Amino acid sequence: MPGIGVVESQRIHFSEPLHLRSGGILPAYDLAVETYGTLNAARSNAILVCHALSGHHHLAGHYADAPDNIGWWDNIIGPGRPLDTDKFFIVGLNNPGGCHGSTGPSSINPATGKPWGADFPIIAVSDWVNAQARLADKFGIDSWAAVMGGSLGGMQALRWSISYPERVRNALIIASAPKLTAQNIAFNDVARQAILTDPDFHGGHYYEHGTRPVRGLRLARMLGHITYLSDDQMGEKFGRELRNGSFAFDYDVEFEVESYLRYQGDKFAGYFDANTYLLMTKALDYFDPARLDDGDLVRTMARTHPDTNFFVASFTTDWRFSPARSREIVAALLANGRKVSYAEIDLNFGHDSFLMEDPHYHGLVAAFLGNIAL
Amino acid sequence: MTNTLGRPDFDVIAGWVEPGHRVLDLGCGDGALLKRLIETRNVKGWGVDIEDANVLAAMRNGINVIQSNLEKGLADFADDAFDHVVLSRTLQTVRHTEHILREMLRVGREAVVSFPNFAYWQNLRSVLDGRMPVSEDLPYQWYDSPNVRFFTLLDFEALCAQMGLTIVERRVLDEAGEIVQAESPRDLNFLGSLAVYRLTRPR
Repeated sequence: MPGIGVVESQRIHFSEPLHLRSGGILPAYDLAVETYGTLNAARSNAILVCHALSGHHHLAGHYADAPDNIGWWDNIIGPGRPLDTDKFFIVGLNNPGGCHGSTGPSSINPATGKPWGADFPIIAVSDWVNAQARLADKFGIDSWAAVMGGSLGGMQALRWSISYPERVRNALIIASAPKLTAQNIAFNDVARQAILTDPDFHGGHYYEHGTRPVRGLRLARMLGHITYLSDDQMGEKFGRELRNGSFAFDYDVEFEVESYLRYQGDKFAGYFDANTYLLMTKALDYFDPARLDDGDLVRTMARTHPDTNFFVASFTTDWRFSPARSREIVAALLANGRKVSYAEIDLNFGHDSFLMEDPHYHGLVAAFLGNIAL
Repeated sequence: MTNTLGRPDFDVIAGWVEPGHRVLDLGCGDGALLKRLIETRNVKGWGVDIEDANVLAAMRNGINVIQSNLEKGLADFADDAFDHVVLSRTLQTVRHTEHILREMLRVGREAVVSFPNFAYWQNLRSVLDGRMPVSEDLPYQWYDSPNVRFFTLLDFEALCAQMGLTIVERRVLDEAGEIVQAESPRDLNFLGSLAVYRLTRPR
């Protein structure tokens, strides 16, 4: 099935300040947004797709002047695809704090006339959801047909169902968790330390020094990448293959897995903003909607709407956001008699499975969305 | 009552649930029973199944389904969360029989269990003739059967007594799906191909 084809992005300005969970304030901000399909007259067919750590608004299709720049979730969005653009109006955005066109640490701080850098306020998942709610207002969308996301994106979908229960008719929470484990936070902190201790970081104000903490960001991504893959998959893909067939007895790239990781690290460090990476990992660490209910997720999920349908999915080989974490969400929903389906999908790509094209996985998403009455 | 294609036990179960009841169907398959109970009895339904194809089929049918392994119990479900917990034609495929029955009556007020009766006279005759039974209610060859427990109506009732479970109601069906009328349990055991039970436990 052909995809959506050529798409365009837009920037939408919000002049009302966004008061943040951290106590900080974003005085005004822009959001980079893409939409696909047509919003129907009743404005009832809109699906919000929330992005994960390194994602953005470019979900699907490609730009006229950049045919190779294909959206990060292109395989699931388009005519006849699970997020069927013949039926739904799909909305993607780059969250505030991002580095793909929305206001973020590299944007100019109006108070100083210089890039925000480290002064950009710490931003939480609930802040993103509030910003997304304002975006829905701009489009005149009272309630989303669905809010959907994987990983950190799934946390946003979960938060939507808690913060704006009457505005979410369906929620798809994929490869996500109700909060991070200590191990997960630990990985994030190693990633942050790699950036924070890079001499080119300059306390987050590297823009003014005409430099970027590329080494730290590269290490952070390499570490992250290991945790997004499964042991089996890495074994199958690289094994102990050597690039030159025999040991060189030095510290250059020898094993194929080293070559792959360095390539991924270099690629990512070439375009991603280190301050955004820091913000995203903190948003992950802080996410814990049950915190305000004394840690009782069952009470928290009682805040969701009884008519909201939930689809929670996990992947058998995902150890960063393991099936057990998704089941916590499911159990809390069930304890409240909520309408929820849960699938544990057998895919070999670890945490990254949620981005893969798989007939069963996509069939489940299509089945769930197919039941939405507009 | 008209039979749902090949599933006469569904009729019996439908007669035991009330509108508004919360029903959990273990081994729900494509969700046909729940779909029917939702449409005709206005219940709230959830299914559990382990098979990918069944989870997909149930979701396509608009049924809430949780992919889970019954052998591991019902840890995702809270105590007394349901009015009825149904296990239709599945008990014989579960290895941990007592555990699943206890779990059903932990999360539900009432357990509804249907299973093929291995003492049905046609099955006995088949064994006497030297072959394992294959029938409407036992539609497998011995080498491809998912069944791991082979028991009779009387065996099941003995287990219920041993576990202290109360049998609230019992319906026994023949191969055609017709209710078997007989006085003694021995006769029912001989004449029934499929048994459907309603169980509770003392609280």
